This record gives sequence, C-alpha cells and structure tokens, in this order.
Amino acid sequence: MHEQMPAGVTITEIVEETPSIRTFVFDREIEARPGQFVMVWVPGVDEVPMALSSPFSITVQKVGDATAALFAMHEGDRIGVRGPYGNGFAVSGRTLAVGGGVGASPLLPLVTAGLVDTFLLGARTASELLFENRIRGAATLMVATDDGTAGHHGFVTELVSRVDLADFDHICVCGPEIMMTAVLAVLDREGCAERGLFSLHRYMKCGVGLCGSCCTDPHGLRVCRDGPVFSGDVLLDSEFGHYARDASGSRRRI
Amino acid sequence: MVALYPGPVEVGGIRLRNHLLLAAGILGTTGASLARILANGAGGVVTKSIGPSPKEGHPGPCLVVVDGGIINAMGLPNPSAAFVDELASLAGEPVIVSIFGGTPEEFRTVAGWFAGKASGLELNLSCPHAEGYGAAIGSDPALVQECTRAVASLGVPTWVKLTPNVADIAEIGAAAERGGADAIVAVNTVKAMRISTALRRPVLGNRFGGLSGKAIFPVAVRCVYDLYEACSIPIVGCGGVSTADNVVEMMMAGASAVEIGSAVIDDIGIFAAIADDLYSLDGIDAGEIVGCAHA
Repeated sequence: MHEQMPAGVTITEIVEETPSIRTFVFDREIEARPGQFVMVWVPGVDEVPMALSSPFSITVQKVGDATAALFAMHEGDRIGVRGPYGNGFAVSGRTLAVGGGVGASPLLPLVTAGLVDTFLLGARTASELLFENRIRGAATLMVATDDGTAGHHGFVTELVSRVDLADFDHICVCGPEIMMTAVLAVLDREGCAERGLFSLHRYMKCGVGLCGSCCTDPHGLRVCRDGPVFSGDVLLDSEFGHYARDASGSRRRI
Repeated sequence: MVALYPGPVEVGGIRLRNHLLLAAGILGTTGASLARILANGAGGVVTKSIGPSPKEGHPGPCLVVVDGGIINAMGLPNPSAAFVDELASLAGEPVIVSIFGGTPEEFRTVAGWFAGKASGLELNLSCPHAEGYGAAIGSDPALVQECTRAVASLGVPTWVKLTPNVADIAEIGAAAERGGADAIVAVNTVKAMRISTALRRPVLGNRFGGLSGKAIFPVAVRCVYDLYEACSIPIVGCGGVSTADNVVEMMMAGASAVEIGSAVIDDIGIFAAIADDLYSLDGIDAGEIVGCAHA
C-alpha cells in the first residue's frame, strides 16, 4: 500500500448552510466516489471521519471536540486530510435518496452527478433543511420537518411510504441511525431491503481497516473499509439500530 | 521454497489450527471481527490489549500509512473487564487475550478475568507509546520477570510480547523465561514518528508512535534470532510478515509460529493466502526448519 500521509489543505471558504451546519471548502480536489469519506485532522485536537460533500468540501455539524474546533476556524486556516476511504454508493438505474439532517451531506455528490431521481429530505425544522435549493434543481424533492415548518409535518421516514419503491433500483439513505433503522424497516416490509444502501456512522481511529474500532456485529464488517455503505439485507439482524461501540470499544445503546 | 505439512500445531501451551496468528491490535476489538479472521484462515487470534480500566486512547491521528509500513499510536484503547462479553461467542476457539497493566498486581487482576475463558494470555510488555505501560515495563528485566510470574502462576498459558526498542532483547527474553513464560512473542512496533511538512508538526496525535509492516521485518528476524540463542521456550515471530517465504524465514531464525498484523491492510484474506502458499500435503514438519539458520 502506498504512502498516505495527510495532505495539508487550506480552508478557502466557510458556508453557513443552516444554523447548525457549515461547509468547509478547501483548496485541493479529492477525487472520490459519492459517499466516500476522508479523515479530517484538526491539528492539536483530533482526527475524525467526514463525508465529502464535493471533491473540495466537507459539510459538518458541531457534535464533538474536533467539529467544535473546526467551527472555530477561519478562511486561510489549515487542516489535514487523508483519503478518500470506504466504498461509497454504487448506484445504477433509478435512485431514491433519503437524507436526514447533516446526513444529506454524503448524498449530495450523487445529486451533483445527476444520479438521483427523487430526494426525500428531512430536518428538525425548516431552517435546518440542508442543500434544499441545490437538490431541488437536480431531482424531485419532497421535504419533511419534525415541527411542520416546511413540507410534511413529521419524519422523513413517513415520506418513504408516499413513493412507489418499485420505481427505484436503489434507495440511498443517510441520517440519524434511528431514522435509517425506520427506513430499513419499511424496505424490509416491502421486501426490498437489498435495494437499500445505508451510509453508517461509527467511531473510527485508523480509517484503513486495521484497528477494528468500527467493526460491527455480527459479521465483523469494518465501517471504514467494508463500508461505510452497506446494503439493507446485510444490516437486518445486526447491531444497526441497537448499539455501537465508543472510543474504548464499550457498547453503547443507539 | 520450503513447504510445510498442514494441520494443527501446539505452541507455548496453546493449540493452534496452523502457524499463522493474528497479531494483537489488529481487528481485535470485537468478538465478531476475531471470528471473521479465524474464518478467513488464521490458526489463532490475539485480541486487542485489555487493561485494568477502560481507556479511550490517544487523540487522532492514531495511524498513518507510510512507505513500507504503518506508524500507530492508538494509546491502548480498551473496554477493560467488559471485553469478557466479546469472547462469549468464541468459546473453544484459539483465542489469546493480550493484556497490559502498570504493575504485576494489575497484570494478575486482568489475567484473572480471562483465565479459563481463552486459550491463553499474551502480556503486552512492549507498547512503545503508552506512559507507564508496555515498553516502560518491558525494558526492565526484573519487572518483566515479576509481571510474567504474576500471570503464569495462575496456570494459564502465558506468552510475553517483547519490544525491539532495547539494547539487548535476549536479556529481556531470558527474564520472561525465568518468570515462567510459555512462549515469547517478538516483536512489538519499532519507535517511530513522521512530521507533516505541510502542517509543521508531528502527524500522530501522540507525536510518537510505533512502526510495523514490511519495513521492520529484518529487525524482527534479528530479534527472533537473538532470542533463539538465549532462550529455550518457543518464540512466536512478529513484525512485517506478509508472505509464506517470510514465515519460513522467521522459522529458520527460530520462530515456532508467526503473528501477522499490518499485512491485513492489503488483504483481509491474507491468512488463507499465505496458508495456501505455505502448506502442502507433501510438505515437511516445521520442526525441521525452526532455528535451522543457527547451525
């Protein structure tokens, strides 16, 4: 395997996408398949996995030390990036995308590539809908908000039963695990779990399939290397929706 | 190349399916990933190192892939006693639990959790980047002997993994043997670091780490060779093994079995691939080549 030292990149633009989500644009193109991720090194703080929202950007919600430090950075600051890693979304034919919150980020490259026919986008409230305008220009968009301030009043999962799943060859899903689990339950009920492609989030250290931090039960699949995208049939009867492991390897309920 | 006769082997009091073990720290955090490696052809597996209390490990980056190897500084992340649950589905399988502690008493406590629940224990006296643990103990022959005795006296097969970052590894190996070790595992990673020229700082969150992979294979062969001269218990060779010919070379230096870790980065099926090259029904017994380079 060839050397993979982190590349130093300069943040050229910071876009406030929603009150809680920002896009950090950098000065280096990272050629990747839609749904692949990079390990983002915030110097002096930590290194965390982040989906690419374009070959030049990551789109981030503040959730921990590294993302908080990233939110405190300015245009012109430097971070490290290694990757891309993981398998990404492999789609053909007609594709339905289902995104919740910042989970729309790894789905955006699919939209940009013109590969999404219909996009179901959910958020807590109207102002938190991510990439709404960019998706609207490229796919049929249906929106749901928990508080009813835009689109369907309720969960994005409920929109899934308003489309005819038989129309789609692939259903690409990313969002909070509880939302993805609900989508998987719908697909399973309709007998098409294998057409679902779910992008998982797990604690990661190495990103290259060695350390085992992100291994999932019961098959020992590595989210960083065998995933992060798994088909729904693989996730049935797994830890998905039930628990995940933390930095120490201890199980924590989802 | 020499071919070996296939079949189970016994090394250091532990029965293995073949001579190829998964090294500690690689895909060893969950029972499911260990089971996957066994299903992929490993003769045995060594778990992630487990210590006296849960640890999250060092801040990232924890690992960087470099030419010829990998530098890591994980910082001994582990769930401590909760790891016992991970082994539930592996009862009867050739699983060796890697353990660490800061004192002989801590080693004994952790060993006690796994006695009877695993095929054996591997003492991590060699991690080069965790203050107060690992190599901090493994460089002192008296402490190595004491820690080994604290665990071996429980009656569990006890392997001791050594650091190459010492002036005389043979002296440390002899101390482990005096403490009652059933086998010596050589070696852990070699002290190393890289600096990001772009960001003008060490790449690893811990600044320093340990180098593994092909780059350290010659270092490991030398250590195994030196230990074979100084010790009479079996040696398990570890460090940069990635081909069947590497396995044979380690054996000729004195190893009775090998552990494989970093090579998993290129192929998670590496164990079956090496076994395919290494074993043949008209092969010879490994005993015919172990240590033969010393003649």
